[in-house]
Amino acid sequence: MVSQIPVTGFLFAILCCRAMNISLHKLNDGRITGLLMQLVVVAGIIYLGYLLFENTQANLEARNIASGFGFMSVEGGLPISNTLLPYTPADTYGYAFFIGVLNTLYVALFGIIATTLIGIFIGVARVSSNWLIARLAGIYVETLRNIPLLLILFFSYGVVLAGLPGPKTSLNPFFGCFINIRGLYLPKPIFQDGFGFVVLALVLGAIIAWVVSRWSVDYRDRTGISIPSGWIGSALIISLPLITYFIAGGPLEWDIAALKGFNFKGGLVFRPEFSALMIGLVLYTAAFIGENVRSGIQSVDAGQLDAAKSFGVSKGKIMRRIILPQALRVTIPATTNDYTSLVKNSSLAVAIGYPDMVSVGGTIIGQNDQAIEIIGLWMAVYLAINLIVSTIMNWANSKVQLVER
Amino acid sequence: MGPSASSSSSNLLVFVPRPSLPAPRQTVGIIGWLGASLFNGWFNSILTLIGLGLLWETVPPLLSWAIFNAVWTGGPADCPAGHNGACWAFIYDKFRILMVGMYPAEQIWRPLLAGGIFVVLGAVTVFRLLNPLRLIALWFLFLLPVYWLISGGLCLTVVDQSLWGGLMLSLGLAFVGILMSLPLGILLALGRYSNFAIIKSICVGIIEPVRGVPLITILFMASVMMPLFLPVGININNLLRVQIGIILFSAAYIAEVVRGGLQAIPLGQYDAAKSIGLNYWKTTVLIILPQALRHVIPSLIGRCIALFKDTSLVIIVGLLDFLGMVKASAQDPDWLGHDAEAYVFCSIIYWVICFSMSRYGHSLEQKKEAE
Amino acid sequence: MVSKDIIIQMIDVNKWYGSFHVLKEINLTVHKGERIVVCGPSGSGKSTLIRCINRLEEHQGGRILVDGIELTKNLKKIEKIRSEVGMVFQNFNLFPHLTILKNLTFALIWARRMPRAEAEKIAMKHLERVRIPEQANKFPGQLSGGQQQRVAIARALCMNPKIMLFDEPTSALDPEMIKEVLDVMVELAREGITMVCVTHEMSFAKTVADRVIFMDCGEIVEENEPEKFFRSPKYDRTQLFLNQILQA
Repeated sequence: MVSQIPVTGFLFAILCCRAMNISLHKLNDGRITGLLMQLVVVAGIIYLGYLLFENTQANLEARNIASGFGFMSVEGGLPISNTLLPYTPADTYGYAFFIGVLNTLYVALFGIIATTLIGIFIGVARVSSNWLIARLAGIYVETLRNIPLLLILFFSYGVVLAGLPGPKTSLNPFFGCFINIRGLYLPKPIFQDGFGFVVLALVLGAIIAWVVSRWSVDYRDRTGISIPSGWIGSALIISLPLITYFIAGGPLEWDIAALKGFNFKGGLVFRPEFSALMIGLVLYTAAFIGENVRSGIQSVDAGQLDAAKSFGVSKGKIMRRIILPQALRVTIPATTNDYTSLVKNSSLAVAIGYPDMVSVGGTIIGQNDQAIEIIGLWMAVYLAINLIVSTIMNWANSKVQLVER
Repeated sequence: MGPSASSSSSNLLVFVPRPSLPAPRQTVGIIGWLGASLFNGWFNSILTLIGLGLLWETVPPLLSWAIFNAVWTGGPADCPAGHNGACWAFIYDKFRILMVGMYPAEQIWRPLLAGGIFVVLGAVTVFRLLNPLRLIALWFLFLLPVYWLISGGLCLTVVDQSLWGGLMLSLGLAFVGILMSLPLGILLALGRYSNFAIIKSICVGIIEPVRGVPLITILFMASVMMPLFLPVGININNLLRVQIGIILFSAAYIAEVVRGGLQAIPLGQYDAAKSIGLNYWKTTVLIILPQALRHVIPSLIGRCIALFKDTSLVIIVGLLDFLGMVKASAQDPDWLGHDAEAYVFCSIIYWVICFSMSRYGHSLEQKKEAE
Repeated sequence: MVSKDIIIQMIDVNKWYGSFHVLKEINLTVHKGERIVVCGPSGSGKSTLIRCINRLEEHQGGRILVDGIELTKNLKKIEKIRSEVGMVFQNFNLFPHLTILKNLTFALIWARRMPRAEAEKIAMKHLERVRIPEQANKFPGQLSGGQQQRVAIARALCMNPKIMLFDEPTSALDPEMIKEVLDVMVELAREGITMVCVTHEMSFAKTVADRVIFMDCGEIVEENEPEKFFRSPKYDRTQLFLNQILQA
């Protein structure tokens, strides 16, 4: 059955239109015609699916490509440099792909956090009353929004990071930190016995800070006196672990990167591929988030500011209690799109060699041609991540909606 | 108040308004502006100083690299390594392949003519010489002739698609992508907005997955998977596969934009159409779609800009578009070390095109608000 | 009825928007307990005038004194004056994301540092005063325009201000809701609070105003008691304006 898909599809399209028109004129019953038309469409889809399936089978046979996920347990031999978990080329394709997925999640998570912080800064700068700062932020946004992300990545990787000095002449901004063409090196903390107590103290500090903030709201309700619970909480979160650290005798060792031969060994390493990807993703997406923050703030009616000012409430309180909650109504839905974009754009890692899910998957396809399975996995993982991000953002969005009649 | 002699017709005094005085010096002009905006309060003053410092550190070195110390013409020898200025001679040398890829030099008049047609169509669009329907018809009209011009056949020499590249390829992919994805996207949006459960699910089943995955996966699907779906022995070349992938990707996003426009149409419009006796398609084409599309034109322009930027990804599936040619040129062994010039030139061209489109979208939005 | 204490004093006040001279040599004295109505054609500067009183606009020339305190750039003084002056806006400007009750207690809690329970008591008292206590837990979007404006008046009254400013309070309302808001304002006036009201509702002026001020082109053209103002205006410009207003 060597079928001509285009002709068949075309015929079906015509059939559907005809079916709708004829039915509407002759039968004159909306429900029956609707059902009829949908049945025709379903039949067409099933037929199309059958054709595709047949063709695919034939092609896979002809090209000698295997099917199924058996390849996942075959030893891969793929060299991957940036890994969160230990990995050797002797590991399976499946594990290699998993490492890729972890890298994607890693970039997505820290990318979202970093881009939110920078984006808020840019957005607030855009609406600043200081003309210079507002213009500078505006130039930033207009420049980055109008060039492709891939170009920014190539530029960061190929020009900025490639222009760094060699290991022997590394930049040394502070003790234990080295920046050179091979990467960014930071001191790596090695946790000894007793560090568990420091972590415990941190958790304890966080819990106490939360309790204090809750209690201070109640206290203010009862007496009208404001307690600076933010400062107290921060002080607790910093001081409690610090004190525990010293009491436990300093259970922390540092692995400082040191120049051995031609390269640095040890320390916490961020490879240029990772750095370039993060720099590009974060700066690019921050431009869009900055615009969302700006339009959010500008969407708040000027009268709100007038009314709040007319009571003699201080500027900080007005910002936090009146402007911000209303600005978020506009900012949050728009930012949801940008977060999912960032997750999807992380796939550009393949262009600069960072081993994310697409990069590793692409290499596997190159070796065993099992494109359908790999592409299916990609789609499943991206859809899952975006579903999680959308759900969280929709929850946040529902919290800032206004109640109207 | 300036009373003057009472008028003769009644015993009311004539009100003569006071003259307007100029504002005090410290509040207007440059000094006023500086005081009010840049230096009002210590926090703003510190910010201004930081901003000025930032400009001082970056702008003079940039200008000296890009303009004052730059080499504008010559060969590789005129731009030695370590020369602290841009080597625009490199761009000048590579200009042709950056623009049209490996297109044969003697046939260059064809892409140039196509470019000219493009510019004329662009001018017709920007200066609003035609109404929207005629405009879109015009763009569609020129699709086939321009394609024939570039690829050949009939009385023109055939130029194989593997030779196409550069800015011509980027613009071509984007242009065809937008034109073809518009009707497809509108159909998907109508399907999603309709009341037929099956049609709606099919449309959602196409729109949501396509929107939820990166363009790279779609391009991989088109490039690597599509050959498996076709009957054995039938091949379509890589460029066409990639173009189809771009069209599908763009259509899903346009479908969502148009859906927003459809949702803004008041239900009264459907009632009015039904009462005149129009069927579904007539209602949609004559009454609903014109209004819906008019609502979302700024968003559609935004999608056009995004699509044009997204075409840069085709380098990953082996096509050398503008960014691809730029990157490839930078690897030329005769001209090593000029990546910065290559990427800066690439950024400038992309920026000019995208910024112009966004200004156009802006002006459309303002015109719409004025109505 | 009218005490001798001067509560608002504007001396030779001039204001520019950029280079546009919007208030010219304004001289105005308001005594404690006086009810002033300011009227005039649009663009005459009436809103700007009262917005200068609580420093929502800055004046560039002359002096403004509210309750003896001079309005300057001093933030502390500005905040003190603002807590003594209540303002009701044309567009209500209720906070849409807070309930009615929270709208009223907002200033008490954040500017006066009152305990919540006490603030809510005051808020309910004023909600009853404007006759909509049952709406306390609704949101502004769920109320009609007239109800929203009454809430706005109650919100301003919660701070127990010495002066109430009204910036065209009924101009954004449908005709059937104007009466309910004006009734509240008339009651307020009868209780003896100092009021400066920019409005086109001449019935209000005739009922409760002690003085009517007519403004045009940024200056005060004339001011008089209501009967004298409406029956025998001094200037042609005033007569023209009255003809237009009273015809409507």
